[in-house]
Amino acid sequence: MLTLDINGKTTRVDAEPDTPLLWVLRDYLDLTGTKFGCGMALCGACTVHLDGQPTRSCITPVSTVSGKKITTIEGLSTGQADRVSKAVQDAWNRLDVVQCGYCQSGQIMSATALLRGKRKPTDKEIDAAMNGNVCRCATYVRIRAAIKDAASRLA
Amino acid sequence: MNAIVNLRFARPRRDFLKASAGLTLAVIFAPKALAQAAGPGRAGGEVIAKAALEPNAFVRIGADNTVTVVVKHIEMGQGTFTGLPTLVAEELDADWSQIRVEPAPADAKRYNNLFWGAAQGTGGSTAVANSFEQLRKAGAAARAMLVSAAAQRWNVAGNSLTVSKGVVLHKASGRRATFGELAESASKLPVPEDVKLKDAKDFVYIGKRVPRTDSRVKTNGTARYTQDVKLPGMLTAVVMHPPRFGAKVKSFDAAKAKAMPRVVDVVQIPSGVAVLAQDFWSAKRGRDALTVEWDETDAYKLSSADILAEYRNLAQKPGLLARKDGDVENALAAAAKTIHAEFDFPYLAHATMEPMNCVMRLDGSGCEVWNGEQFQTVDQMKVAAVLGLTPEQVRLNMLYAGGSFGRRANPQSDYLVETANIVKAINGRVPVKLVWTREDDTRAGFYRPLYYHALKAGLDAQGNVVAWQHRIVGQSILTGTAFESMMVKNGVDGTSVEGASTLPYAIANLAVDLHSPTLPVPVQWWRSVGSTHNAYSTEVFIDELAVAAGKDPYALRHALLAKHPRHRAVLELAAQKAGWTKPLPKGGAGERRGRGIAVHESFNTVVAQVAEVTVKRDGSFHVDRVVCAVDCGVAVNPDVIRAQMEGGIGYGLSAALHGAITLKEGVVEQSNFHEYVPLRIDEMPAIEVHIVPSDEKPSGVGEPGVPPVGPAVANAIAAATGKRVRSLPISAEQVKG
Repeated sequence: MLTLDINGKTTRVDAEPDTPLLWVLRDYLDLTGTKFGCGMALCGACTVHLDGQPTRSCITPVSTVSGKKITTIEGLSTGQADRVSKAVQDAWNRLDVVQCGYCQSGQIMSATALLRGKRKPTDKEIDAAMNGNVCRCATYVRIRAAIKDAASRLA
Repeated sequence: MNAIVNLRFARPRRDFLKASAGLTLAVIFAPKALAQAAGPGRAGGEVIAKAALEPNAFVRIGADNTVTVVVKHIEMGQGTFTGLPTLVAEELDADWSQIRVEPAPADAKRYNNLFWGAAQGTGGSTAVANSFEQLRKAGAAARAMLVSAAAQRWNVAGNSLTVSKGVVLHKASGRRATFGELAESASKLPVPEDVKLKDAKDFVYIGKRVPRTDSRVKTNGTARYTQDVKLPGMLTAVVMHPPRFGAKVKSFDAAKAKAMPRVVDVVQIPSGVAVLAQDFWSAKRGRDALTVEWDETDAYKLSSADILAEYRNLAQKPGLLARKDGDVENALAAAAKTIHAEFDFPYLAHATMEPMNCVMRLDGSGCEVWNGEQFQTVDQMKVAAVLGLTPEQVRLNMLYAGGSFGRRANPQSDYLVETANIVKAINGRVPVKLVWTREDDTRAGFYRPLYYHALKAGLDAQGNVVAWQHRIVGQSILTGTAFESMMVKNGVDGTSVEGASTLPYAIANLAVDLHSPTLPVPVQWWRSVGSTHNAYSTEVFIDELAVAAGKDPYALRHALLAKHPRHRAVLELAAQKAGWTKPLPKGGAGERRGRGIAVHESFNTVVAQVAEVTVKRDGSFHVDRVVCAVDCGVAVNPDVIRAQMEGGIGYGLSAALHGAITLKEGVVEQSNFHEYVPLRIDEMPAIEVHIVPSDEKPSGVGEPGVPPVGPAVANAIAAATGKRVRSLPISAEQVKG
C-alpha cells in the first residue's frame, strides 16, 4: 500500500509500484480530469503539480511520489485553488479558449505554474513554458492571450 | 470531415427551404421535469433529463424555468453545443442563462442530419448549416405556445404580448410571466404547424458572441469523455494489432500475460489479440507480455517511396475525367509558354488528443455504447452486425470527443467494431472499455491518402492563362464503403477532386482527371478532405503562373475571379487587412521575409489567407502572421467562427510543416508525437480573422479554415526565396534548396 497526498487529502492506494501516477489517479481514484494523451511525456495532457512543479504524470511511477504534494485539476478547481489558478481558469472562460477541451486540464496546470513563478511572462517565456502542451485543435492563440489576460488581472 | 460533402453539394442551397419544410416540429413542454443538463458554462457532465418524457424533441421547458435544447450533433470542439442552442434561444427569446444542453440519443427518425437524407451523424461542416431553420422553427413554435398560454391566462390578444429574455410581458397591464410559469398550460396547447421566423435585423443572439456552454467543464476537469467512463465490473481492453495492414493472427501465447497482476482475460478477435484487465496499465503490461505470431500472407509490404513511384508512373497516362472545359491539349500546344509542376502529399493521421476508445455493455435489451459518437446511423448498423442485434438495439451515448477531425466518422466503424468483437469474445459478461495507446492510434490507418498531382498550364504572349491540366493520383476514400454508390460517379470519387474540379478561375481550356489506385492501406476523410491537397497544388501553381506571367499573385487571382464575387470579396478583405501592397518590414541579419496568399472554397464557405514568413539561411522558417477572411453566410457566432479559423489554420499548418505518415516495407514508421510531430505553441503564428458580412444561410466553419494555409505559407516562402516547395511536408532542406 502506498500513501499519497492528493489535493490535500491523504489517500492509500494498492497499485503496482511501476504504475504511472496518471493511471493511479484515473483508474484507482477516479480523478479523471487529468488526461491520457501519449504516455511518453510528449503532449502534456497528463500534467499535474508535484510540490507545485508541473510534472507529466504519465511517466511518473507512483512509487516515486510518496511524501510529495500532488495537485490535479480537480484540486486546482476546489481545495487547492488560489488567486493564480482562479485567474487562469477565469481567463480561459472569458476568452473561450477551449475547443475539444481534452488537453486543457494540462494547459491550465502548466499555465498556473508559469504564473505562480512569473507574474508577467513575455511571449517567449509563455511559449517556452507551454511548449510541452500539445493542442491538436490549435487553441494556442487564445492560450497566449488568456495567460496575458490572467497576468494583467493578477498585477 | 467528409463524405457527405457531396451529398451536400448534391443539394444546392436553394433547396434548403424545401428540405426543411417537411420536418416535424417536436416541441415538448416538461412542466414537472427538471432537466439535469448543465447550462451556459455548466454544460456536460451527466446530462440526463429525469422526466419520463420521450426525448422526441429539440426543446424542453421545465417548470424550473430551464430551457433544455437537445443537440443532435457531437461537440468535438467546433462549438455545436453553443451554436445550435443559440438558434433555439434566438427564436424563443430565451435568456441565455436558462439554456441547458442535452446530447441527442441515436434516433435517425428525429435527429437525422438534414443534408444526409435519413442518416444521423456529424461531418462535412454541416451542423449549423443543416440545423439553421430546423432549430429556429423549434424555438419559434415553443415561443408561440408560451405566448398563447399567456394570452389565455390574462384574456388578452396574443399580439399585445412581447417576449424578451425568457419573460412574456403584457405591457399595457404590466403583467409578466416566466417560461417556467407558463410551461404547464402551454403544454396543453397544440403545436403550431407554421411559425414565423424573425427578420435578421431582430436577432439578439445570432451574429453576436454568446459564450460557449462547455468552457467551464473543460477548464475544471469535469467534462466527461469516453476515456473517463467507468461502469461497475468494467474491464479495460488493450489490443495487440498486426504490424502490417492485412496481416492476421496465426497463433499466440497468453500464458505470461495472464499471469500478470489484475489481468483477467486474453481473447483473439479479428483485428488482433485483446488483453482485458481491471485497469489500463495492467492491460498494457499484459499486452507487453504477450507473444503473437502473425500470418503475413496477405500483408501489405510496400514502402511510401514505392507507392509514389507507382503513382508517378500512373500519371503518365490520362485518368478518368472529372472536368473538361474547351480543348486543353490544343491550347497547351498553341501556348507561348508552358509550365508544369508535380506535387506529392504523404499519408496523414488525424492524431486527436484523445486516442480512439469506446465503452460497450451488453444488456437484456441490446447493447449500450459510450463514445465520442459522430456517425450514429453507420455505427449502429456495424455494431449490430457484429453482435447479432438490430441497429435500434444499439443505444449510443454521445459524449464529448477529444477531437475528431473526421476520424470518428469512420465508414467501417473500426474501433467500435473492435470493441464489439471483444464484448462478443467474452460473451458480454462484463462491460468493456477499449483504449488505444497513442502508438495504436497513429498506426491504425484510416489516413488522409497519399496523393500525387501533375499540373500543366499554358500562357499566351500577354501572360494570360489559356490552359490548365490537372491530373490527380491517389486512393479513393469512398470506394468499398456504403457511400460508394452515392458519391462515386463514373468512377470518379468526388472527394478526391473537390477543389480541383471546382477550380473557380476563368480559364477557357481546363481539364481535371483522376487515377484511383486500390491499396490495402485504410484511408478516410481528414479535416477538409480533398481540399487538403487540391487547395495546395492549385493555389501554389496559380502563384507560379503569376510569377511566370510577371503578374502580382493577388492581381492575377482577382482578375480570374470576376464571376465569383464571394471569392473576390474574401481575397480583397484578406489582402487589404494584411497590407498586401505595403512592403513587409525587413527581417534580422540573414533573414528573408515573404508574404503569400491563397483562396479556397470548401463546404460552401470561402476563405482567403495571407501568410507572412521569415526564412533563415539554413532554410528553417517561421510563420509569423496569418490574416484570414471568411465568408460563411450569416455568422451565427462570430467568436466560434474566429476560433475555428484559428484552429483550422493551426491544424493545416501542423500538416504543412510536419505531418507525414510513411510506410517502410508496409510498417508505419511513426508511433508517437516525437515521430508524428504536432504543431506546438512556439510555431503558432499571430492570427487575425475577418468575417464578411452576409445575409446568406450559414455554411460550415469546422473545415474551411484548413485548406488555404499550406499554400499561403508555401507562396510566402517562394516570395522570400524563390523556392517552390512541392513535396509535403515543407522542410528546411527544400526551402534551402
